[in-house]
Amino acid sequence: MIYSDKVMDHFQNPRNVGVIKDADGVGQVGNPVCGDMMTFYIKVEDNRLKDIKFQTFGCGAAIAVSSMVSEMAMGKTLEEAMRITNSTVAEELGGLPKNKLHCSNLGADALHAAIADYKKKQAAEGKPVEAEAAKEKCYCPYCEGPIEELKAICEHCHLEFEDCPHCGGLAKKGADSCPSCGAELGRH
Amino acid sequence: MKRIYLDHIAATPLDPRARDAMLPYLGEKFGNPQSLHRIGQEALEAIEQSRAQVAGLIGAEAGEIFFTASGSEANNFALKGMALARRDKGQHLVLSAIEHQSVLHSAKSLEKHGFSITLVPVDGSGLIDPADVRRAIKKETVLVSIILASSEVGTVEPLAEIAAVCRSAGVPLHTDAVAAIGNMPVNVVELGVDALSLAGDQFYGPKGSAALFIKKGTRILPLVDGGIQEGGRRAGTENVAGIVGLGRAADLAREALTERAARMAGLRDRLIDRLLSRVERIYLTGHREKRLPHHASFCVEFIEGEAMLLNLDMKGIAASSGSACTSRALKASHVLLAMGLNHALAQGSLVFSLIDDITPEDIDYLAEVFPPIVERLRAMSPLYTKFLEEQKK
Repeated sequence: MIYSDKVMDHFQNPRNVGVIKDADGVGQVGNPVCGDMMTFYIKVEDNRLKDIKFQTFGCGAAIAVSSMVSEMAMGKTLEEAMRITNSTVAEELGGLPKNKLHCSNLGADALHAAIADYKKKQAAEGKPVEAEAAKEKCYCPYCEGPIEELKAICEHCHLEFEDCPHCGGLAKKGADSCPSCGAELGRH
Repeated sequence: MKRIYLDHIAATPLDPRARDAMLPYLGEKFGNPQSLHRIGQEALEAIEQSRAQVAGLIGAEAGEIFFTASGSEANNFALKGMALARRDKGQHLVLSAIEHQSVLHSAKSLEKHGFSITLVPVDGSGLIDPADVRRAIKKETVLVSIILASSEVGTVEPLAEIAAVCRSAGVPLHTDAVAAIGNMPVNVVELGVDALSLAGDQFYGPKGSAALFIKKGTRILPLVDGGIQEGGRRAGTENVAGIVGLGRAADLAREALTERAARMAGLRDRLIDRLLSRVERIYLTGHREKRLPHHASFCVEFIEGEAMLLNLDMKGIAASSGSACTSRALKASHVLLAMGLNHALAQGSLVFSLIDDITPEDIDYLAEVFPPIVERLRAMSPLYTKFLEEQKK
């Protein structure tokens, strides 16, 4: 089996699947080109995540990751939820196959996007914003170190990147194929 | 739990009769076919018998069969060997857009040596128009390679017509027939091809045993240089047991072929009818009639292939998918994209391919467990939710 027991459990019995019609925040990441798409809905009360629901189009890993994130974040403060990262989710699941680490492991990003959406709505209503909105999270696809924003060089492994024209992910300069979506780069 | 194996295109089980034929060559008959002594000559006789058996399956002469270790090797051998042998005539290749990776990547590797490639398109059912092949052939074209039948969508190409086009242009034609041989009748003389790849693990032979048919008089350079094995065209001590298993499997396939193809086609049609009628927004991929008798492939809208495979596996059903998530490279199937499917739909790819053991009851079981799996996955799909909302409007 390519997946851990915990991944299979979350895939077979995903927690918190669904839609919140009057959600306080909605976040969506991914696209079908890369294979996976996740939508997170949140309800916030007293700065805590009172309810979380998600929908996912994707493989077993993508579904398990979404479920895991929803479980990890439920009841947490927004700040605590923002500290959940894609790598802690993968860890909590007992690991993911290497080739699934990037394309399918977007759950934390989707949750953060929902929180950012909530904060944007709060700001629009003139309510005080407690923390700055989520920065776009990005990981070096080769060494997996976090990159604060889309940068041309990974600070950890010092690789130079260029954007994959297919999925917008990061690919090593001169690479034959994109490590995120697998599209062929370069020659043609 | 009952296990239902619907992944013929990945590998067939080894026929016990082929295994029995192999066993002595993994035991006391261990000789090297190139040795002059008795134990060597015994092995040589065995592989020559296999050569005749494989030739018999496809209407070739024994001397036109060259053993390889895989269908991929046979395809590499044909592409590189035939293109490089005719290099003085030009450096242009014509392939279809739905070739197997071992054909596409062989051609790409030739690109690095100065060759150029024209890809012939396919229509929405995966069919190639022979007129497009004619248009793609240039003065410098030295080889055309067109797949006989796609293992991903099952479509069987009009190879005889394509061969006529190539013949009149004076360009040799290779066909990757790995998915077809042993499952539908194929005769190389009637087809008119100059080279054809086949593999034993697609007709109940062992893995690691395959062959390239090369029509007498066709120029080809070896991939593996060395000794005089395979008439100097493929050096290396022969995989005697594997070759013997391939030969026996070829013989068994020849005997079973007509009946097998008819029975498989009946089961295939039952599978296609059941799934199309019980699941909404599921699409047959490939041609409805011109398709491999043991092959039924689909795209299911709004959900992804790997998630379906895992759910089917839990119900005891083994199938495969061309979705990006199931491929190690995480690429959507180039075959489905070449047929004009969008990425989202291509992600919902599923391939069921039948083996001899399958019964009508197995098909009915699949048709029973599959719709709830689709329903369950759609209930968590944001694409499906969006579709339902748009329908309401």
